[in-house]
Amino acid sequence: MDLLNAFVALANFVLIPGIAYGSQLALGALGVTLVYGILRFSNFAHGDTMAFGTMVVILLTWGLQVLGVSFGPLPTALLALPLGIAITALVMLGTDRVVYRYYRMKKADPIIVVMASLGVMFIMNGIVRLIIGPDDQNFADGARFVINAADWRAMTGLSEALTLRTSTVITIVTAGLSVWALFWFLNKTRTGKSMRAFSDNEDLALLSGINPERVVRVTWIIVAALTVIAGTLYGLDKSFKPFTYFQLLLPFFAAAIVGGLGNPLGAIAGGFVIAFSEVGVTYAWKKVLGHALPDALEPEGLVQLLSTDYKFAVSFAILLIVLLFKPTGLFQGKSV
Amino acid sequence: MKKLLLASAAIALVTGAARAEDVKIGIILGFTGPLESITPAMGAGAEMAIAEVAAAGGIIDGKKPVAVRGDSTCVDAAAATAAATRMVTSDGIAAFMGADCSGVTGAILQNVARPNGVAMISPSATSPALSTAEDDGLFFRTAPSDARQGVVMAEILGERGIKSVALTYTNNDYGKGLADSFQAAYEAAGGKVTLSAAHEDGKGDYSAEVGALAAAGGDILVVAGYVDQGGSGMIRAALDAGAFTTFMLPDGMVGAALEEKFGKELNGSFGQHPGTDSNGAALFQAAAKAAGFDGTGAFAPESYDAAALIMMAMHAAGSTNSKDWAPKVMDLANAPGEVILPGELAKALQLIKEGKDIDYVGASAVELIGAGESAGNYREIEFADGKITTKSFR
Repeated sequence: MDLLNAFVALANFVLIPGIAYGSQLALGALGVTLVYGILRFSNFAHGDTMAFGTMVVILLTWGLQVLGVSFGPLPTALLALPLGIAITALVMLGTDRVVYRYYRMKKADPIIVVMASLGVMFIMNGIVRLIIGPDDQNFADGARFVINAADWRAMTGLSEALTLRTSTVITIVTAGLSVWALFWFLNKTRTGKSMRAFSDNEDLALLSGINPERVVRVTWIIVAALTVIAGTLYGLDKSFKPFTYFQLLLPFFAAAIVGGLGNPLGAIAGGFVIAFSEVGVTYAWKKVLGHALPDALEPEGLVQLLSTDYKFAVSFAILLIVLLFKPTGLFQGKSV
Repeated sequence: MKKLLLASAAIALVTGAARAEDVKIGIILGFTGPLESITPAMGAGAEMAIAEVAAAGGIIDGKKPVAVRGDSTCVDAAAATAAATRMVTSDGIAAFMGADCSGVTGAILQNVARPNGVAMISPSATSPALSTAEDDGLFFRTAPSDARQGVVMAEILGERGIKSVALTYTNNDYGKGLADSFQAAYEAAGGKVTLSAAHEDGKGDYSAEVGALAAAGGDILVVAGYVDQGGSGMIRAALDAGAFTTFMLPDGMVGAALEEKFGKELNGSFGQHPGTDSNGAALFQAAAKAAGFDGTGAFAPESYDAAALIMMAMHAAGSTNSKDWAPKVMDLANAPGEVILPGELAKALQLIKEGKDIDYVGASAVELIGAGESAGNYREIEFADGKITTKSFR
């Protein structure tokens, strides 16, 4: 029995990856949920817009690297982030102008707008592949580890290693800051309040003199910021590949729906629920249990509930369960 | 119209008769399909051997060897069978140099080669299943079976005293086949595979897969994947999580990209890939360069050797009938006899004519074992100071 080693193994393989993945999902789900709450449609183009924004950041990062600019131990991509967000925001506003605005004026059914977003998705998909190609891109630089396995073992003398990567720390810190900024904006500023009013009751908001086009514009800019940050963090922490970003659409929607579509707090909670379910269900608990239980009870098998191949199935399953039993989500969002 | 047909038929007959002394060798490779990037060099390798023999005066009293190309597509067994049938019935080939992929090779062997009695030597089909396929003595390959690499891997681990490993493989026929053959060989040698887990190529994040393998434990991680795909992702995730520090890298993982991606982080890791220390490979590459194609391409040396062996065997048998020459292949490929390297085919033809024994080594150090497949020469490599270095050849 060795609880300390058990905890370190748990932290290394479940807690830290789960928190990092959960933060990335939460940021992505926030974007989905804001579009749903204020613009009132499910944005299928979200994953590919994220790929687009990350691609812009990657190209800018490469530019900075060529110029010899670096950010010390932190990745250069963080410096490229603001400009990347600005460019992506312009692209999103442009998309809204040429695609979504028309349907908004016509007061089209949400399902029609969803189909339009599907078209946007395919176009974004193609643009990203044309510019940067379908392959993996690695753009992380700076120090790789805050704590690496060898140092940890030398420092503590434990048999289990704990590693903490720079990108994980950046992910958690940046996600925290972004969420704080978003909530401050929504709750304290006049524009934020008008957005919430518009989301709660469109007609009433229009009657009280809120300019709907302005609300829509601000929403797209915020969504662009959240999306590019989520994409860049995911790319730094894992790797950038357009197809992977497209696939993230499913966990994003699962997270947003589990939390309650349209509810920002729910999106964050949903992100972590999905992340920890995916990691927890596919993790082989043998090592942790081996350390935590008395020797006599040490498991022989791997104690893995599902093979890692079924990771996406976990998102699907949670999505189905929530839709069946609590369609409005954990945090009382709009029913789907 | 009738006259025209008659006339063209007559011309066909005349030209056919004029070429009666030619020996046609069918080069059937996947010139379209998944292997289309490497088959041009393979085809060129085989044609280089044929040109060399033709320049030396041909085989069996001046018969001139001629190459006929066909498309195996690599994946479509029906298309490959149709192409091979056409080569036998309408082109009248005397032997197949091919096919490339294991699946279509098996289809051509059963549907065309055996019924028509035409022998084939494949340069690149590596499936262990072909070792035991019914072949009437008509099938050979200058490529080793994947089962062989599994045995080599077990030997290397045995010599290093490593008793337990975790194993991950890319989820396709190559990865699964190699993982299975390795696991069988390693367990037979007393080793223990704690967990054999597949990984999918092209994912962003492999920490979950590494988590399961780390929980299962093992001294090292064997990565039967691709260096440009999930294999590198698995190594990255394992290093990041501190789960494994030493890796065994089979042929799909050995590439310059590995040095670029990991450098010194892989110090102490080791692996193997097909390769020889005979200077045949260097001779072949120089000749290929002169002929204007890339001799370092995968299976190009094996293609040269396959075509050369076909012609040597015909020469030795004094017949282009597969029934006569196929039994000669093993004798010519193996010791004893005078060693024959690429570029020495004229000398080999002369020696055979004089009734002397030859040992065809060629570009890929050919040594045929079992039912007529390459024994497989592997280069054992080790990472030292961030670079792939040669440890030994086996």
